[in-house]
Amino acid sequence: MATIYVDGKTYEVNPNNNLLHECLQKGIDIPYFCWHPAMGSVGSCRQCAVKQYKDENDTTGQIVMSCMVPAADGTRISVDDEEAVEFRRSVIEWLMTNHPHDCPICDEGGECHLQDMTVMAGHNYRRFRFKKKTYINQYLGPLINHEMNRCIQCYRCVRFYKDYAHGDDLDVFGAHNHIYFGRHEDGVLENEFSGNLVEVCPTGVFTDKTLKEHYTRKWDMTTAPSICTHCGVGCNTIGAERYGSVRRILNRYNGQVNGYFLCDRGRYGYDYVNSEDRIRTPMMRQENGELESASKELVLNTLKEALKSKKNIIGIGSPRASVESNYALKKFVGSDRYYTGLSDTESKLVDKIIGILKNAPVRSPSLKDIRESDAVFILGEDVTNTAPMMALALRQSIRQEPLKLVDMLKIPRWHEYAVQDTLQQRKGPFFIASVTGTKLDDIATRTYRAESDDIARLGFAVAHILNKDAPAVKKLNKEVKQLAEVIAGALKKAERPVIVSGTSLGNEVIVHAAANVAAALSKEDRRTNLSYIVPEANTMGVGLLGGGSIGDAIRGVKDKKADTLIIFENDLYRRANKSNVDSFLKHFKHIIVVDYMQHTTTQRATAVLPAGTFGETDGTFVNYEGRAQRYFQVYYPEQEIKESWRWLRDATLQAGHNDFKEWQNLDAVVGAINREVAAFRKINEAAPNSRFRIAGLKMSRASARYSGRTSIRSHENVHEQKPPDDPDSPFTFTMEGYSGIKPPGLTNLFWAPRWNSVQALTRFQEEIDGPLRGGDPGVRLIEPAQRFSFSYFTDVPAAFEKRNDEFYTVPLHHIFGSDELSIKAPWIGELAPKPYVLLNKEDAGVKEYNEGDEVEVQLSSGTWKLPVKISDSIPAGVIGIPAGLPGLETAILPGWSTISK
Amino acid sequence: MVSLLKSLWYVFLHMFQKRVTVQYPEEKNYLPPRWRGRIVLTRDPDGEERCVACYLCSVACPVDCIALAATEEEDGRRYPDFFRINFSRCIYCGYCEEACPTYAIQLIPDFEMAEYNRQNMVYEKEHLLINGEGKYHGYNFYKYAGLELKNKGKGEGENEAPPVDPKSLMP
Ligand code: SF4
Ligand code: SF4
Ligand code: SF4
Ligand code: SF4
Ligand code: FES
Repeated sequence: MATIYVDGKTYEVNPNNNLLHECLQKGIDIPYFCWHPAMGSVGSCRQCAVKQYKDENDTTGQIVMSCMVPAADGTRISVDDEEAVEFRRSVIEWLMTNHPHDCPICDEGGECHLQDMTVMAGHNYRRFRFKKKTYINQYLGPLINHEMNRCIQCYRCVRFYKDYAHGDDLDVFGAHNHIYFGRHEDGVLENEFSGNLVEVCPTGVFTDKTLKEHYTRKWDMTTAPSICTHCGVGCNTIGAERYGSVRRILNRYNGQVNGYFLCDRGRYGYDYVNSEDRIRTPMMRQENGELESASKELVLNTLKEALKSKKNIIGIGSPRASVESNYALKKFVGSDRYYTGLSDTESKLVDKIIGILKNAPVRSPSLKDIRESDAVFILGEDVTNTAPMMALALRQSIRQEPLKLVDMLKIPRWHEYAVQDTLQQRKGPFFIASVTGTKLDDIATRTYRAESDDIARLGFAVAHILNKDAPAVKKLNKEVKQLAEVIAGALKKAERPVIVSGTSLGNEVIVHAAANVAAALSKEDRRTNLSYIVPEANTMGVGLLGGGSIGDAIRGVKDKKADTLIIFENDLYRRANKSNVDSFLKHFKHIIVVDYMQHTTTQRATAVLPAGTFGETDGTFVNYEGRAQRYFQVYYPEQEIKESWRWLRDATLQAGHNDFKEWQNLDAVVGAINREVAAFRKINEAAPNSRFRIAGLKMSRASARYSGRTSIRSHENVHEQKPPDDPDSPFTFTMEGYSGIKPPGLTNLFWAPRWNSVQALTRFQEEIDGPLRGGDPGVRLIEPAQRFSFSYFTDVPAAFEKRNDEFYTVPLHHIFGSDELSIKAPWIGELAPKPYVLLNKEDAGVKEYNEGDEVEVQLSSGTWKLPVKISDSIPAGVIGIPAGLPGLETAILPGWSTISK
Repeated sequence: MVSLLKSLWYVFLHMFQKRVTVQYPEEKNYLPPRWRGRIVLTRDPDGEERCVACYLCSVACPVDCIALAATEEEDGRRYPDFFRINFSRCIYCGYCEEACPTYAIQLIPDFEMAEYNRQNMVYEKEHLLINGEGKYHGYNFYKYAGLELKNKGKGEGENEAPPVDPKSLMP
């Protein structure tokens, strides 16, 4: 702790930070542009000027940039000093000389940091009378709009894009007062995190192009804290709605999870909520065989018979449905008749993963832990495509080891350019073993390309080197052995190594190998971080709840004599062979699907009930880390769209079952889970319950300046209706209620007096760049056991041997396209690749295929005609098919296949 | 007694004053142009809708009786898809007009809006949009904004220099 004096007042501060950071922390407003807590200070905008004095006798002082001065003990500064005030005012006047007259049509308006700073710095009247500079804009793809006239040259964009996200197609061009921020030519921004430019840029140069399609100002949106539904990372988001459609997703800071950023799949995938394919009304199969809309009463009434005897019912849950809905289904049909809805492979792997995280001497790290790791070993994952934000976290980890040098030289870590000069090109140890090239290869120390069993062999070998108790690998070739030595050496030296693996290759031995490596690295006092990537938002949730896979359901159906099937939010055809699902569904007289999207399974249903997405419902997801996180309904839908568990409650009540009679709201369900499922003992800590109040008030979803309250619906009826109640959460659907700083799990808006932009975030943090006030939301459900029972896995596989007539076919994941939901957003669809089959050069040579040739790939789950792509990096004997792309959803991977022309 | 007589005298004097009460509705009072009555949406000198759907009027409105939604022409010119004012709520404070950066929304000296059915007090864009510039002539927001439009390239707006060439090294 150090003491500093600001305008005569004394403050206790952390001397490792700079003055700007500490002043903002203490609630002192200093205007700034270029400083960003995640990216440090560079002193380029000159906006954060304050006056510094040598000692108490110094009355002259000198102007300094507060972001570039350490908050050292005894520092004396003045923010209110007249000269400093005038300096800041004139800086912004200069920045504004060429600024266009755009605010009314600028999408940043109302949440513009430049607007805020202009007001804060006191620049009111334009004196500049000369011509304004203009710039030609660029086309940057379907996600980001470019309006270069509005730039104030703060360099934040390139610092994020190049230095933080390691993108290489956005830069600054030109010289002196002609500098230009953009690409070398028009084109789609290639980095998967480009959407963050929208929040990083303090002006309207980079804005959300998808918001532009239905533009609404920040103050006009109804918002709620949400959780991203597009992968297993579980980034915290803010969903925003107006006029019945979700308009955008913004980042919701969580120091332990996503921090300041989101990936583009998460930011832009929201449009599935507004999609044409949504199910918005109950539907029933009519006499003529068509599925047609019907009233809720009618459908529930018809379901009476189907639901009469529980013994006749089988329930299939889903990793994209909430813990609550899955639990309700399981409770209703009983453990032996409930299936998680995971595929066979996923189910097996997830069970394994949970077992390892609970019992092995390892620890599941948060993204923050990963950002702070100083050595990385990835087994079998293309992280950028399977858990994008984890990839961004991993990118930060390469700095950790070299940062020791920075610390040794006593350079403050926030002093970004000094740090960069010291680091030069130094990178921490980073190893990737994968089937084919990954998007993290550019930062890797070494990469290893091999079939999945061979990747596991490398892992086993590393573990054996680290600890002789771990099984050895037989017949390992020399190169691999040597690589294993290098990796083991680097991991051993590291203080905070992280091992990353996951389910994406569908290979059990990789999961085992990763556990062995992590366990072998662990010492008495230090458990190694081991992170397993899982595919969907609630994969871990259903895993913890437990239940058989879809395959188990299919295989077991004969003995169960069931005639009713209830499916929650799941398209079975994506997870099991088509023919098997077809014959499985034939067993049932009633197939009740509760879902929000139409898909192949809903087409086979006898009754369909409209479930809600994150936009219309509340619930809990458990992310890869084992962190339970609550998402809250964003808006009140026009149609009767409900949580799946509510539909089940209504339907079963109607059918005469009283199981769920007491379930009036979400709290009741959460309470039941809390009581009955050991793994979820802490689920009620994920967020405050519906009785939570501040000063007797509920929390408001709409901002205090939400407009149009008395006219939004006045064309339907001029008499205003009572706003709907929300029994499930402490939120109201209107601006009524508490709108100040809410507890961390309930933050739905970053706004503070004088801070209309997202930069208001500093007011919500306990410590800038640290946890939110009151602690980061979410609760970890999996903590490593005090005493562990672990013996090394010994199932070291034999080396992969290519077959003559068959190819081992692995799924290749794509950030845009592989996710079932985000692909429904047209702009994500535009960025998704077309289906293809990736083939090794050698194999292509033997088969005499050329790039682009159409071939027939025959898997057990079906046959596909795909154009060939030839690659150097995929091993011979292995081919890759993009996972989940439209047209390829039903390909069940991995597996053996044959190819013919 | 004196004050009583004084009052009587004043009342008597009033008989010779000019009459201010008019026989409305046969006879109409003069209302100055800045009088705050019925709200209209105006057009710019080129006959295009002036409103750029910036939502400033709706947020300025203390009774929240303005609702609109933005949409765009193909060239990026923004305008309101719908624009609704619930006049049964409007208090004619003029805040919307004050907030409007484009002179689009204006209050005019017309107050004869009474209806038997309150529902008829809800005006949509087709009821609000007039074919003229209203009180403020000559202003065309898009000429001053930096946005590129169909018939206005970068650097062609008011007081704009031609676009910068980032490849140039000339000072
Ligand atoms: S960047 Fe900010 S100040 Fe500039 S036009 Fe947009 S809203 Fe206005
Ligand atoms: S584009 Fe935005 S972030 Fe980049 S320099 Fe300009 S104002 Fe700063
Ligand atoms: S990393 Fe996953 S959870 Fe996070 S924003 Fe991207 S898709 Fe969503
Ligand atoms: S303030 Fe003016 S330009 Fe903006 S939405 Fe209202 S009428 Fe349109
Ligand atoms: S924030 Fe300090 S110079 Fe930009």
